Amino acid sequence: MTETAPDLARLRGGAPPRNHDARTIAALTANPGCARRGLMDAAGVDKDAVARTLGFPTPFGQSQFAITRGNAFEAQVKADGCAELLTLLRERLGLAVPEVAYDDLEVVAGNEGRELRHTRTRRLLARALESGEGTLFDHPLLRLEIAGQLAYLEPDVIAFQVAGRLHVIEIKSFAVVDGQAEPEQVAAAARQSAVYVLALRRLVAELGHDPSRVSHEVFLVCPENFSNRPTATPLDVRPQLAVLERQLARLTRIDRILEELPEDLTFEPGDALDASVRAVEARYAPECMGGCEMAFFCRDEARACGATGALGRSVRDDLGGVDTIGTALALADGSLSPSDDLAETAAQLRAAARLRAEALLAVRDGAA
Amino acid sequence: MSALTSLAQLQAADAGIAQPLATVRHCHVADAPLVLVPLKLAGEAAAPLAVMLGSAPDDASLLVVPQPRNRDLRFAFAADLAKLVLNHIETSRGAVEELPPGKEGEERIRYGNAPQFLVPNRGGVAFLRLLGRSTRFRSTEGPYAVDPAVPVLGRWLTWFAERYDHPGSSLLRAMTEVLRLHWATGQSSLEDGNLAALVGWIDPPDGLDGPAAAAQAEDPVVWPPAGPATDPTFDNEVLAPAIAAYDRSGGDPRTEERLRTAVASQLTPTWELMWRAVGLLRALPEGASVPGRWERDRDAFTYYHQTFGEAYPQARRDPPVRAARRLHDLERAQDAYDAQRAFDDPLVMAEYRLAGQAFGGTVTACEPERLDETGKRPKLRPRVRIATEDPVRLDVGTTVCNAARPALKGRIVELGGDGVLLELTGGMGRKLVPEPGTVPREGDRVVFTSLTEGSWGAAKFPDRENTPWTHGGPPEEYTPTDEDAEEEWS
Repeated sequence: MTETAPDLARLRGGAPPRNHDARTIAALTANPGCARRGLMDAAGVDKDAVARTLGFPTPFGQSQFAITRGNAFEAQVKADGCAELLTLLRERLGLAVPEVAYDDLEVVAGNEGRELRHTRTRRLLARALESGEGTLFDHPLLRLEIAGQLAYLEPDVIAFQVAGRLHVIEIKSFAVVDGQAEPEQVAAAARQSAVYVLALRRLVAELGHDPSRVSHEVFLVCPENFSNRPTATPLDVRPQLAVLERQLARLTRIDRILEELPEDLTFEPGDALDASVRAVEARYAPECMGGCEMAFFCRDEARACGATGALGRSVRDDLGGVDTIGTALALADGSLSPSDDLAETAAQLRAAARLRAEALLAVRDGAA
Repeated sequence: MSALTSLAQLQAADAGIAQPLATVRHCHVADAPLVLVPLKLAGEAAAPLAVMLGSAPDDASLLVVPQPRNRDLRFAFAADLAKLVLNHIETSRGAVEELPPGKEGEERIRYGNAPQFLVPNRGGVAFLRLLGRSTRFRSTEGPYAVDPAVPVLGRWLTWFAERYDHPGSSLLRAMTEVLRLHWATGQSSLEDGNLAALVGWIDPPDGLDGPAAAAQAEDPVVWPPAGPATDPTFDNEVLAPAIAAYDRSGGDPRTEERLRTAVASQLTPTWELMWRAVGLLRALPEGASVPGRWERDRDAFTYYHQTFGEAYPQARRDPPVRAARRLHDLERAQDAYDAQRAFDDPLVMAEYRLAGQAFGGTVTACEPERLDETGKRPKLRPRVRIATEDPVRLDVGTTVCNAARPALKGRIVELGGDGVLLELTGGMGRKLVPEPGTVPREGDRVVFTSLTEGSWGAAKFPDRENTPWTHGGPPEEYTPTDEDAEEEWS
């Protein structure tokens, strides 16, 4: 891995690597086949800046109402040494939480240095694992190796120790109404929590303990119904963990992508940027719009070359292996004869074209 | 999604304009539907910010909550909304039709019409559902009293949201979904979720093609989002300062008016789009089974309206028997709806032909007066051979019916290179010679399918008191409590 580090620094054009957070790490799992994204993320390239330079700024923004609401809810849950949170854990989930210690790891002796904070997180968690001291550890600073590079993670979560096991508690401000929340939001929260569980497990392993002492069960704390009253729901993040681990293992093979690329490739802003980005193959799917800063650029590129993937995964799957709209239409009207491996898709397309034409013609004749 | 839909999407992308997925309209469109465009405050579950509503393009009412975090203002908004919505419900039910008495001689009636709600997208449906949930348990007396219309609105919104889940129902529809049922665009389903982009593909303004119109639609300044989420930039740059000014002024009507103007600017483009979309739908001829489905909607509406006074607000969760019955009803409705659409529309039937569940072609041979004389009495069993290019995936012995006239039934006798040999079994009259025009003749183009409408009947479910122990036994009777009424809405 380390031998790729100079290459990755070159890709950034000397700029400092952009820090990952759980959101970006979780997003890595969204489109594993995309070399462009894999490479840019591994190098810590500021994709937002790249997209802006290329003329495709991302319209991702957050409303101040949503931010205010999120902060207010979190502050409320954590007020008075997490009083509300403890009540929830004890009463709602029936956990035997005996005495309580609350350690905030956000600032260490007035110093916010990452190294210092991480050291303190390690020390306190080591003590907790050995002696069982401590209950709630707020704002732990964790580290995760991403493509040979240490990324600091500053989760807005609490590590919670009960009965010798650590759990991740994530506070989110979307509502749970009558036991149900919006599935997309729960899925996003589960993906993010999985990143924290993984980082915690790595830390626990480094400290010489069994990583399974970090539970795969995380607690999601959300407002209940239409109130500000919190409710806690256990969430099993094993599937998300599995995807994440596979994805991170795959990311470390970035060197293979690098081998295929020109040696002087860089994503430094400049005239060559457009060509450099295009030199790395992307695998655009509409889902990218939800999380990747490059999505608008890639969509434009995919549309310009008539890629079927721009119409959605289901279309691409239906067309089994036909990559461009032009080819698919030529196969459908019979003006192109298919290669052997596309024979089945072509037959399906021709049948579909014949049936569509027949149905539309019948109606036109009927109306005439 | 099938290869046929995918092909239509490819053709749309190639042509730069949406392509038809249907040749008839598969939903009812009321003469005066109630169009609702709701907006909510970002970050909250169901804090209403505004709604624009009305049943004619030039008759929009705008309701705004000037400070969405203020509980009293929210309930005042709910009361105002209730008056408009309930008035629409009461005025659109039409005259009462007397129906023949039921099995036990009970009187049956049906309203001649029913209200139809149209919202821009699924988010709009979800918002109405949550607004219904947050208002239906409110008490009209005691310390947290609300306007009597508020819980009534909550129950109706909940009922409409439940009908939305019912396949084929047109009482509450999300416009993007209805349009996507009838047209394929050259963009992905994600982008089709943007009503402005979708309408842009279907009916681009003069001088633009579909992709150009859709590209314009993605600029939130030109086309604000169709809700219920607002554009974050609008929130930060316009809405937040306007709400702050309203707060500072202590509720000065001038600051409220400014706020209304700002919110209206976000809603008006979507409002106009909704009516353009209604126009697009009206231009399509109505499918043959649409009036029948609307009649079921009217039945459901009549029943709920008639029993409204006797019932409690809908429970937070369905008890087991009701849940099972509802699921069964939804599955039956889905089955019938899929089949009806195929019989109504050759373009939908083409999907089944491509999947091998239907086949079409020319009749190459025909014995219209063939009799089966193996039994005690001779039976009319004409045979027709149909040459087809379709990939038939039906077995010998399968019962099929004619797509154009489902009463004409038959059985597959032979499948081979020279087509399908069918033995017709019913739908030709009662005599030993077929009624004229019932049996297809040589050279006719026909389509037969194994689809049937309403292939499964209603199942029997136990009474509430007999809920089996596997499902938790009989549930407790639900009665609304003070706790329900006091629920915070912050």
